[in-house]
Amino acid sequence: MAAQVPLVEYLVLGDDPHLEANECTSCQARFFDRRNACASCSGTEFKRVDIPTEGELRSFSIVAFAAPGVPVPFVAGIVDCDGTSVRGNVINTEPDPEHVSLGMKVRLATYVVGTDDDGTEAIGFGFEPA
Amino acid sequence: MASDDIWILGIRMTKFGKHPDLDTVDLAAEAALGALADGGVTMADIGVVAAGNLMGGAGGIGQQLQKQIGQTGVPVYNVQNACATGATALRTAIMAIKAGECDMGLAVGVEKLAGAGLLGGGGRPKGDKEVYEPRGRYGAVATTDGRIGTDTMPGVFAQVGMEYGHRYGGTSFELFAKISEKNHSHSTLNPLAAYTKAMSLEQIMGDMMIAYPNTRPMCSANCDGAAAAVVVSGAKLKTLSLEQQRRAVKVSASVLTTDPWQEACQVLPDVNTLTRNAATQAYEQAGVGPEDLDLVELHDCFATAELVHYDNLMLCEEGGAVDFFESGAPWRDGAKPVNVSGGLQSKGHPISATGIANIWEVCHHLRGEAGDRQIDGATVGLAHVIGLGSACGVHILEKSAA
Ligand SMILES: [Zn+2]
Repeated sequence: MAAQVPLVEYLVLGDDPHLEANECTSCQARFFDRRNACASCSGTEFKRVDIPTEGELRSFSIVAFAAPGVPVPFVAGIVDCDGTSVRGNVINTEPDPEHVSLGMKVRLATYVVGTDDDGTEAIGFGFEPA
Repeated sequence: MASDDIWILGIRMTKFGKHPDLDTVDLAAEAALGALADGGVTMADIGVVAAGNLMGGAGGIGQQLQKQIGQTGVPVYNVQNACATGATALRTAIMAIKAGECDMGLAVGVEKLAGAGLLGGGGRPKGDKEVYEPRGRYGAVATTDGRIGTDTMPGVFAQVGMEYGHRYGGTSFELFAKISEKNHSHSTLNPLAAYTKAMSLEQIMGDMMIAYPNTRPMCSANCDGAAAAVVVSGAKLKTLSLEQQRRAVKVSASVLTTDPWQEACQVLPDVNTLTRNAATQAYEQAGVGPEDLDLVELHDCFATAELVHYDNLMLCEEGGAVDFFESGAPWRDGAKPVNVSGGLQSKGHPISATGIANIWEVCHHLRGEAGDRQIDGATVGLAHVIGLGSACGVHILEKSAA
């Protein structure tokens, strides 16, 4: 099996793929990026927390026109994972308003984004209808 | 006029659209010289210049402009604040006057965008051996635009509108298209708009889809343009002619905000809270409420954005934007005309000019100089812009009592 790396560091691969956030230990604000401090309270202590893999689609757009190299159409979405907002595409469904709806239940799914010149696979994530 | 009031003495916008033979300095100069002439003053009267331009590359647009229209040695501030750049330039000139550093200032915003794509972003350069290595704050090994949501403005603002629909209900593709139909209809009366053609609902919905539910005519029109304003203190205005005093428009509120942290603002920019905060501060500063407004120019960068700002600017009850639109209120013959200029969707959106151009529109109605699209008897108006990053500018303007 080819070596695999996550598309982004906050995606944890393995038997039970999930997302991890940096949670501020003083105000519990959650962030997916590398932090200098907390945007909410300016605290500097964080702990890693697992994000639930199931959620509800709170908003979406079906993007038909994008930068060169970005396959279209695709469904950009905002998913509420039990109180934590996550940005991710809606995948494994037709990209049209008949198959994607506000409030639909979705769950995290991973897929191979591409392979680099060393044969390493990048694994991305999206949300599929639950 | 109280001595510590701020007034717009002169204001001008260029025709928005394609200007292949004019560069950014030409456009800025046309607007600046026009605003000075409109106010009956010259560069010799100006104590501060604030200028905004985003896409023009290196070199301060303020100094470049000065070199063409008057190097008087006064301080120049070059400002950038995304789509709120023009409003930020105006606010900078106002702050200098309020601080007592001078009594008259010039604010300019200019952009050349005709032919530019809708989008930023892009991938990595090709050619080198590709090896996945984590980069940036998310440790991404490859491009994330299109794989983890969208970085494009049409997609982001589509989600902003859809999120509103999810929260409050009542939205649809057709509803958003109807907002665009209104603005394109309004633009037919605006000779300075980039597009002045009415479009039917069928045309709008049948046009090229950019990011559902926004088709091409529901997106702001990239174009060239500039706008400029001369602002003056109340004390200085008292020394000017009665005609200048009569045409001056009072800046009753000038507010700039950024978005405060809240859950989700990191994954979808929150264009709501900072606008609501700016509006709240502006109404308080001006001592007027949304019910007093005779017209509103708001930042309809996409049809989906206009809907949420009805609510954010408190033109309706919280959650009531769909009902507000369907009541006909924001049409030019409605109870609360919104974007009678045609808005960014048809008037156009030369980014740095937009903030001042929205104020230009309101000023012309308050002066009774808006021609065919005059809102009769207008005495109070509000101009709003938002830039992602995020920044929001809100100005409330009032007709002179003189
Ligand atoms: Zn915190």
